[in-house]
Amino acid sequence: MTLDRRSFLKLLAAGAAGAGAAGLPMIGHAAEIMPKKGRRVVVVGGGYGGSIAAKYIRMLDKSIEVVLIEKNKQFISCPFSNHLLAGFIKDLSTLSFSYDKLASNHGIKMVYDEVTAIDATAKTVMTKGGSIAYDRLVVSPGVDFRTEEIEGYDAKTPDIMPHAWKAGPQTILLRKQLEAMKDGGTVVLTAPLAPFRCPPGPYERAAMVAHYLKTSKPKSKLILLDANPDIVSKGPLFRKGWETHYAGIIEYRKAAKVTAVNTKAMSVMVEGIDEVKGDVINVIPAQRATALMASAGLIGEDKKWCPINATTFESTIHKNIHVIGDSCNAGAMPKSGYSANSEAKVCATNIVAAMNGKELVELSGINTCYSYLTHDEAISVAGVYTVKDGAIVGVPNSGGVSPIDYSAAKLEAPYAHSWLKNILTEMST
Amino acid sequence: MKMKLSTLAFAVGALAMSSTTFAAPPSAEMLSFACAGCHGTNGGSAGLTMPSLASQSKSSIVEAMTKFKSGERPSTIMGRLAKGYSDEQITAMAEFFAKQKLHVTNQKVDKAKVAKAAKIQEKACGRCHLEDGKDGKDDTPVMASQWLEYLQIQMSLYESGKRKMPEKMAEKVKETSKEDLDALMHFYAAQK
Repeated sequence: MTLDRRSFLKLLAAGAAGAGAAGLPMIGHAAEIMPKKGRRVVVVGGGYGGSIAAKYIRMLDKSIEVVLIEKNKQFISCPFSNHLLAGFIKDLSTLSFSYDKLASNHGIKMVYDEVTAIDATAKTVMTKGGSIAYDRLVVSPGVDFRTEEIEGYDAKTPDIMPHAWKAGPQTILLRKQLEAMKDGGTVVLTAPLAPFRCPPGPYERAAMVAHYLKTSKPKSKLILLDANPDIVSKGPLFRKGWETHYAGIIEYRKAAKVTAVNTKAMSVMVEGIDEVKGDVINVIPAQRATALMASAGLIGEDKKWCPINATTFESTIHKNIHVIGDSCNAGAMPKSGYSANSEAKVCATNIVAAMNGKELVELSGINTCYSYLTHDEAISVAGVYTVKDGAIVGVPNSGGVSPIDYSAAKLEAPYAHSWLKNILTEMST
Repeated sequence: MKMKLSTLAFAVGALAMSSTTFAAPPSAEMLSFACAGCHGTNGGSAGLTMPSLASQSKSSIVEAMTKFKSGERPSTIMGRLAKGYSDEQITAMAEFFAKQKLHVTNQKVDKAKVAKAAKIQEKACGRCHLEDGKDGKDDTPVMASQWLEYLQIQMSLYESGKRKMPEKMAEKVKETSKEDLDALMHFYAAQK
C-alpha cells in the first residue's frame, strides 16, 4: 500500500476543505502524502536506473527511507524489444516485471503515480495524488522526443508512424503494422541525430525487421534513413551483418535527416528535399531530457540534457537532486540500460556516504550492450569508465566491440540472453 | 605575510577545483557493484551462461581476470572489460566477491547423472576441487551451484584447446570418459 490510513484520511480532509473553501481544483496546493519522519530519498522512475538506485540505497543503509514513484505497475524493457519485431518473441511478457518483489525484499515504498513537478527549494515532488517531501531526490526519467523539430509531427503521428522507442504498446503497434504489410512493401526506419537512447538500437532494429521480411515477406525491403554522418555504434559489425544476412533487403542512407512527416501520404521528407514513401514508417525522433526536467530547471546550456557532478550524479544546477540514466549528461557513458544501472549504483553509494557524513567515492562504471543480427548471432560493445578532471571518460586501452570476423557472434547470443536475465532480475528482486 | 599568501593560494586552488569533487579512489564495493548487471547482485547470477562470482575463491577471480586481461583466457566481452582495471582493483573485486554467500541456483539437473558422478568425483576432481566443489581454499575455483550451461561452455573451450587446462586437470580429464565428465558437471551444478 502506498498510503497508510492516517495520511489517507488527512488527504481526504484536505481535499474536502480545499474544495469547500474555494470550490476550485487544488492544483499547486496538493496535500502532502506520506509525511516524512526520518531521512528519506525519493526516486522518480522505476526503469534501468531508478529501480537500482532505490534498491542499492536500501542495501547500503536500511535507516534511510526510500520512496520509489513510478507511473506504471508493470515495467517493460526496451532492450530485447526489437525481438518482438523479428518475431523471436510473441509478446512482451518475458521483458516485463512488477515491482512487488523489489519493494518487499528491500522495504522500498512504492507510489504508482505520475510526478508533475519538482520544487527544488521546498525539497518536494508533486504527483497527481499529492506532494512528497525528500532529503535527496534521484530522478531517472528516461527521454522525451523533440517532435517539434519534425514538420507535420503531432500528437497522433505515433499512432500511424510509431516510434517504438519506449517498449510497450508502441512496439506491439509496429509489429502489427509489419504483419499487416503486403509482401513487396517498403519499411522506412528513421534514426535521429546522436546522442539518443540506445546508440546501436536503430541498427539492431534494421536487422531484426529485415529478419522478419527475409523469412516472411521476402519481396519487401527496408530503408534506414540515418540523420548521422555514419552508423553511430558498432558500425563495421552492423555493415557486415547486413551484407551477410540481409543483402538486397536493407538499404542504408547516411546523413539523411528526416525533417518532415506526412501521415496521409505515408511519407517522410529527408533534409527538406527528398520524399521517401513507405508502407510502414517507424520514425524515431531526436531526444532530450524529459519535460519534467525542463520544468524543474534541471536542463543545461545545451537545452537537451541535465548536467551532473561526475562523482555523485548530483545536478550542478540544483542541490540534493541527482539525475541518472538517459536524461543526464554522463560524458563518455552512453545512454544505455547498463549505463543507467551502473550510474545508479555510483549515485546510491555517494548519496548514502553524503547522508552519513562519510567520504565520497570516485566513480567506477561499466557499460555492456548486445545487439542481435539474427536469432543466434549477437555483437557487443563494452566499456569501463572513470573520472578525469571532473568528467566521465573511458579507461584508456579498455573496452571496445566484438571481433569483426564474427568469431564470437554465436557465443554472444546466449550471453546476451543471460545479460537480460541478470539485469532484469537485479532490477526486480 | 607568508601565511596569508599560502592561504590565498589555497583559496584560489579551491575555487579552481570547484567543479571537481574530492573523493576516495573507487572502493571494492564501487568496483564490484558495476559487475552485477551481468553477474547478479553481489555476484549471484540468474543467467545460465554467466558464472556466479559470489563466494568464488579470491585467487580464481584474480587468475581469471589477469588471464582475460592478457588474452590468455578466451572470452567474448571479459577481455575488453578486464583491461579497464589495475591489478590492485582486480584484487579488491576478488576479495569482495569471495566474501559473499554462495549463490544457490536450484537448477534442473539429471539426478541419475548426479548420483553416478557422486561416486567418482572424489577420485576424478576432488583432490583439487575440495568439499564437493564448495571450497576454493586450494586456489581452485568453487564450482558448486554454478549454472550447468556455464560449466558446459567452459568444458567445450577446454576441449577445443582455446582455454588451457592446468596440467593436473588435463591429466585427470584425459582419463575420464565424456559421459563421466558430463555427469560431473551435473554433480557440481547440483551442489548447494
